[in-house]
Amino acid sequence: MAKRIDVSGLTAYYGSHKAIDDISMSVEPRSVTAFIGPSGCGKSTFLRTLNRMHEVTPGGRVEGKVLLDDENLYGSGVDPVAVRRTVGMVFQRPNPFPTMSIFDNVAAGLRLNGTYKKSDLKDIVEKSLKGANLWNEVKDRLGKPGSGLSGGQQQRLCIARAIAVEPQVLLMDEPCSALDPISTLAVEDLIGELKERFTIVIVTHNMQQAARVSDRTAFFNLAAVGQPGKLVEIDDTERIFSNPSVQATEDYISGRFG
Amino acid sequence: MTDVMTDRRPLTGQPGDPLPVSLKQARLPRWSPPVIALVSAAAGCGIGLAAGLDSRIQWGLIAALLFIVGTYALAAAVEGRRQAKDRLATSLVWIAFLLAVIPLASLLWETVARGSKVLDGYFLSHSMGTLPDAMPGGGIYHAIIGTLEQVGLATLIAAPLGLFTAIYLVEYGRGRLAKVVTFFVDVMTGIPSIVAGLFVLSVWILILGFGPSGFAGSMALAILMMPVVVRSTEEMLKLVPNELREASLALGVPKWRTILKVVLPTSIGGITTGVMLAIARIAGETAPVMLLVWGAKTINSNPFEDAQQSLPLYVFQQWQQGSEASYDRAWAAALVLIAFVMVLNLVARGIARWKAPSTGR
Repeated sequence: MAKRIDVSGLTAYYGSHKAIDDISMSVEPRSVTAFIGPSGCGKSTFLRTLNRMHEVTPGGRVEGKVLLDDENLYGSGVDPVAVRRTVGMVFQRPNPFPTMSIFDNVAAGLRLNGTYKKSDLKDIVEKSLKGANLWNEVKDRLGKPGSGLSGGQQQRLCIARAIAVEPQVLLMDEPCSALDPISTLAVEDLIGELKERFTIVIVTHNMQQAARVSDRTAFFNLAAVGQPGKLVEIDDTERIFSNPSVQATEDYISGRFG
Repeated sequence: MTDVMTDRRPLTGQPGDPLPVSLKQARLPRWSPPVIALVSAAAGCGIGLAAGLDSRIQWGLIAALLFIVGTYALAAAVEGRRQAKDRLATSLVWIAFLLAVIPLASLLWETVARGSKVLDGYFLSHSMGTLPDAMPGGGIYHAIIGTLEQVGLATLIAAPLGLFTAIYLVEYGRGRLAKVVTFFVDVMTGIPSIVAGLFVLSVWILILGFGPSGFAGSMALAILMMPVVVRSTEEMLKLVPNELREASLALGVPKWRTILKVVLPTSIGGITTGVMLAIARIAGETAPVMLLVWGAKTINSNPFEDAQQSLPLYVFQQWQQGSEASYDRAWAAALVLIAFVMVLNLVARGIARWKAPSTGR
């Protein structure tokens, strides 16, 4: 069920500002691909173009192609709602729905889409919470509000919510930046398990994290502030961190940046 | 006050002075502000009596002045200049608070004292009927019915329109149309109620030829209510974090369902409060009711035909009669109107608290 992503010639704008310029890359199915690079280099913007969330931002528009197993996400007649059901997303800050209980949060994607059988709902919620390593912590208080959980639990709740709709690809936008080291470890372990079933793309500022969880790493950079971000290189994580082919990557990774 | 009295004003040295050794400093005791307030109030009364000032307002102003100056001087002497300024600001805030509360409290007191005279079960359950205005007796049942129906109809018109307008402005509105709508909503907020009344009068009664009715009044009230609903709903929808919308959209939920199932439930408490407060605002409108509903002495429970009464208009008409009995009735009706608005406010607060997203641990 995991799908392959092929991006070619992708350029994204905010109004007249070009945020990322002419990016092409492939993301392998059932693997973790990490995006690293300095702030403002367009990693998150690029991530958001992969499930058409970029155009939700006022003024956001995209040129180029994103192929999901040979189907262009930006082709004519493609419904962005259908794209987002296929390509799920986890955000930087945990954002459970405050009016819903833990159970309802996980069930939200199915309920709001109306794509479920009532009898299956309980099983799906349990499976998703187990998949997100959260089941044991919340199984006795599924009816309590999701906003009552700790930050790390909330983020895993959001992951459970994202995988409950069974997407093909899971995009994670700095999922651990608001978490403490222990919760980070929990989420990283989870990523390792999830890649058996999903294609995972993760944006991170933490290079150790990229080295720990990802199979392939893409380095983004920008020439100067206000310039569009570019993909510098993408390679196996091991190679990027030991022997990158571009000098800028080595400078960034070894801290000799700017 | 302790032994640190000797180490006076340690934190207010000249620039360049070495930092004070102790972080403690002299403080006025906690009971000093109320005592200063009492002393200055007594002094204000004393001066007022001695100088033979008639106006109690002058007494109060003298007392307030004494309180401000006294607090500042005492604090400056004991605590230092920075704390004295702090206390000056605090006392100014307190006096402003009192100035704001005194008229409110006296209004409420006056209405309760005068209104409770004739307010009883009979008054609430009977209309004026054929009772002559100068006679005691009669009631406001017809006015209560009229107010409830007119305000209810106005809410039925204005609340959905206002809600949808606000949703459009916050969730969909881009570009020129949204700006124009926002501008006109702002303009409409400032429409005097008599203008709304005249507008409906000219269209509904003069051009279309309908007679006076509760519904005609409701339309004018709805015009007044709508911008208030739009504004408050808009603010509430803007408070909903964008992350929640994005979380829902990223699950593949269509935008309209996101608004219906995520955005509105998150903000429903605030929206209801806004609508309730808008209702409270229009419940006391008199001018459009006078122009369009005309007022009546008997019960007319059909808001779509013939003249009706309403509470504010009843107050006005009774006051106009100028007899002792009608004054009493006017005050009693005013009390009922205030109670009605207060109940609406309480209900709004209750709903806001009940619907507020809980953090329950």
